[in-house]
Amino acid sequence: MVRFGYRAPKTLADLSRILAEDPGARIIAGGTDVLVGIRIGRMRPTVLVDLKNLEDLKFIRNGGGKRPGLALGARTTMAEIEDSPLVRGPFASLAQAARLVGSRQIRNTATIGGNMCNASPAADTAPPLLTMEAEAIIDGPGGKRAVPLAEFFQGPGQTALQRGEILAEIRVPPTSVATRTIYLRHVTRMTVDIAIVAVAALLEVEGSLCVRARVALGAVAPTPIRVPAVEAFLEGKHLPNEAVIEKAAQMVAEASRPISDVRGSAEFRRKMVHVYTRRALRALTAGGDFPGPGGAA
Amino acid sequence: MRRVEKVRVSLTVNGDPVDLEVPAHRRLLDLLRDHLGLTGTKEGCGAGECGACTVLLDGRPVDSCLVLAAQADGCSVLTVEGLSRQDGLHPIQAAFIDQVGVQCGFCTPGFVVAAKAILDANPTPTDDEILEGLTGNLCRCTGYVKIVAAVRDAASRLRAEAGAPAGAA
Repeated sequence: MVRFGYRAPKTLADLSRILAEDPGARIIAGGTDVLVGIRIGRMRPTVLVDLKNLEDLKFIRNGGGKRPGLALGARTTMAEIEDSPLVRGPFASLAQAARLVGSRQIRNTATIGGNMCNASPAADTAPPLLTMEAEAIIDGPGGKRAVPLAEFFQGPGQTALQRGEILAEIRVPPTSVATRTIYLRHVTRMTVDIAIVAVAALLEVEGSLCVRARVALGAVAPTPIRVPAVEAFLEGKHLPNEAVIEKAAQMVAEASRPISDVRGSAEFRRKMVHVYTRRALRALTAGGDFPGPGGAA
Repeated sequence: MRRVEKVRVSLTVNGDPVDLEVPAHRRLLDLLRDHLGLTGTKEGCGAGECGACTVLLDGRPVDSCLVLAAQADGCSVLTVEGLSRQDGLHPIQAAFIDQVGVQCGFCTPGFVVAAKAILDANPTPTDDEILEGLTGNLCRCTGYVKIVAAVRDAASRLRAEAGAPAGAA
């Protein structure tokens, strides 16, 4: 039977001290990744250090107005994000993504910070946040620092966190309230499953002119990735335009670097990136309702 | 052998205060089953995929196999045992029996508690909303049709209890 200790420090200083004194100590937030990792032998901590008594890690703040920003405390659960009236409008793709994580039971426990720090290339909330140019606010013995989310993910399971630091907050900079976002994923089951490919897209349009485009992919590279080439391609185009969307989808597929594994071959994944990018861009430029998160369009 | 660390947890289970010292690695599922003898909650997978271990934690459905007992300190827990009433079954339990939404019964406590969570949040769910609320629960026997019928029936019974028209929504 796996044994470990448990601490729930009240201050970040205490947490950092525990982590410094015991190299086997690991942080636990919701626990839906950590406890599974322990069960399958991927993790063998000596002690789990719970964030629950640290202050100000659970919140959702929306700046409101015509250019709102969004801030999420790291311990905010997926269910809270899914249900929040503040994660709508330009931030809708984040709620769409949160809604797809696990099951309702898992979402009531799993946290956005945990999804980030587990750093799976298939983390559902990562592609939407990348398109929103989110920042990871890290806190530790040296104080707070901000890291662009794109730099936070450094490899499968690897982040920019140093030992003794925690991810405290995810911050999304202000964006026009008219910005449209979407998250789609290709997946075998609708729930309790991991994305085969995932596409997040963000478009800011003035009339029919695309003034800002952001595209991010999940499950097709060692980390979630942005696709700068297609972003530059889309900006300045008038949409909708079937030829532009088709070209963009092709570019995104070419930019993806999937591997072949139990969930799909690299070739299949690349093809699905093409299909889902096309669906995402069509949905964002159709002017109507988005298709369901299963991707049916 | 490493010394087993203990934690003290104080929580409310089915309305009763519980104060226990348990090993730090103890899951909420094990605290309920082994320390409190509440064996209604089942372990189907231990990995958060089947929902047989569903309990309500502060009113919200969670997989108790993925919650440490220590994490439940200060919380209130409702298990399937907590649904039964002094004078008999909870309407959800009665509906599962009457609609034959039970075969082997192993998944049933998890479904019953998940159903309670659905109906607490939404007394008039559509079938799609019922299915969505049950996506975290697996059944290998029934094919789900009668489980959905049971939740639909339970919704109707609870509305009738509350005085609303039985056919609403």
